[in-house]
Amino acid sequence: MTLGRVSLVVCVVLLAVAPLALSPFRLGLLAKYLCFAIVAVGIALAWGQGGMLTLGQGVFFGLGGYAMAMYLKLEEAGSAGLPDFMVWSGVEELPALWEPFGNPVFALAAVVLVPGLVAFLLGLLVFRQRVRGAYFAILSQALAAAFVILLVGQQGLTGGTNGMTNFTRFFGLDLSDPNGQRAVYAITALVLGLTFLVAKLLVRSRFGRLLVAVRDGEDRVRFLGYDPAVVKTITFTVSAVMAGLAGALFVPVVGIISPALLGIVPSLELLVGVAVGGRFVLAGAIAGAIAVNYAKTVFSEDFAEGWLYLQGGLFVLVLVFAPKGLAGVVESARLRWGRKPAEVVA
Amino acid sequence: MGALANQLPIGLSIAAVLLLIALGLTFTFGQMGVINMAHGEFIMAGAYTAYLLQGLTSQSFLIALPVAFAVAGAMGLLLEWALIRRFYGRPLDTLLLTWGVSLVLQQLARDLFGAPNVQVTAPGWLVGGVDVLGVRLPHNRVFIIALAVLCVVGVWLYLTRLPAGRRMRAVVQNRELAAYSGIATGRVDRFTFLLGSGLAGVAGVALTLVGPVGPSLGTFYIVDAFLVVVAGGLGQLRGAVLAAVALGFLNGYLEFWTDASLAKVLVFVAIVAFLQVRPQGMFVVKGRALV
Repeated sequence: MTLGRVSLVVCVVLLAVAPLALSPFRLGLLAKYLCFAIVAVGIALAWGQGGMLTLGQGVFFGLGGYAMAMYLKLEEAGSAGLPDFMVWSGVEELPALWEPFGNPVFALAAVVLVPGLVAFLLGLLVFRQRVRGAYFAILSQALAAAFVILLVGQQGLTGGTNGMTNFTRFFGLDLSDPNGQRAVYAITALVLGLTFLVAKLLVRSRFGRLLVAVRDGEDRVRFLGYDPAVVKTITFTVSAVMAGLAGALFVPVVGIISPALLGIVPSLELLVGVAVGGRFVLAGAIAGAIAVNYAKTVFSEDFAEGWLYLQGGLFVLVLVFAPKGLAGVVESARLRWGRKPAEVVA
Repeated sequence: MGALANQLPIGLSIAAVLLLIALGLTFTFGQMGVINMAHGEFIMAGAYTAYLLQGLTSQSFLIALPVAFAVAGAMGLLLEWALIRRFYGRPLDTLLLTWGVSLVLQQLARDLFGAPNVQVTAPGWLVGGVDVLGVRLPHNRVFIIALAVLCVVGVWLYLTRLPAGRRMRAVVQNRELAAYSGIATGRVDRFTFLLGSGLAGVAGVALTLVGPVGPSLGTFYIVDAFLVVVAGGLGQLRGAVLAAVALGFLNGYLEFWTDASLAKVLVFVAIVAFLQVRPQGMFVVKGRALV
């Protein structure tokens, strides 16, 4: 068994026994980290494999989250009632945009399709015109800024700054009951596993190799007869769908979705974990996302101001000394001290 | 109509501030491929400079302009020397790196000056305004516009008339060829950084005239300033000017006609639509590179 296999098995076992070992509060935190890990897989695909630095992942996270939250709110309000925040902001009739979200199938489809569609359209328009690199990063960041302002502004539709909170039930599960929470955790862990599997298969496929080729030499790939715009758009869409799924799970796990979780800074924070863990290795990105968010919890509990210094400093240090992240450090350590492949020494 | 015309100086002054901020970005981006997210914190540094200097003398506001230029410029120089020069050729990494720096600087400002916003009192001669042909021209807005015009003329003269400016244009157009011709590109880079960061500091002083100063002052403007760079074209003075004016007005009038929350989305859609026609912005440095 290789080192990778062993650690995979260890991780699966750890995730499986976590509900037995952790208190419901800590389990909820772990489930939250797993949500961010799902986003991290998408970022590692788009950024690590595809070279697309997406600073707007919060948008897709938010689209998935809001789609789920809308359904949960309507489910709670019953057939005649309005969601609580609408009553507070004086909305008397259910807005047309909300109507279809009463249907669970529609809502679940929207969780996947809405972020996917937005990413697909943006990707198509931008990549087809060969807008890339930093331009793309800036555009995706501007999208995040505009999205948050829109959410805050449309108080009656979205709950404004406060977003939506107080979710009690999730598809028949009682969210205040430890067993319900365990079930939500299990779903999140399962989705993370599936996301990882899909990403892994994608990376190993011919498409994955094409993606890396586009990252390293877009023009050459074009001269070989492929259309890099298509490759990039598909990857960006997949990564957005993953973020959307994570957002949808975040709602029952944490119990809130609000613009403060989705703006420029949170979108960049999603990248920190990936950068620290190693953007070129999917497992590294997952580990990094979990570790950084765990560190954030620990530091925010004790001294909140220190966290910003630490986060900023960590980012700078990683980029200066270990641009490939922890996975890169492990890799080079293995190359230096590990079993060397039979090499012809000149 | 009156209200529409009164919006004019406001739109223009937004454009002026955006322009001051974007000038530095467009040159560091165009010349070195560095995306400096900490640029917003240089604005903040400039604004806090004005805050610290106020009340020292009667003309402290005017003194604050060159001092803020020096303070922000020095910060830029330090950033370039300590970190960014290790990152040339990795533009996306500079973005993340400078974001990390910006987080630290923001928190530093919070620790030094406190989290709540502070106010800079504008000097007496900038309070009030004049009516010209029925259009209200507030003095502070006119001052900001004049300041931006002055800076742009200065940068233009520098670029076109001085040997140092010529070297800078050479590096923007073709770094390798410039290096082979004996230009010390590293020194040019450092000076560009100083100039751009200094202008951000000046913009920060200008911003104290229209709003309070807080640790996150820079973050409100940095995204719009980057959009100016993207729409204007890299390293292009005229592109930056045109794009800043266009974006300033688009923002100002869209907010006036629709509500502020929709305006930002519409501006974003407008820019993506614009990039369909001109993917590299309004003006492009002509070259043989593949695009």
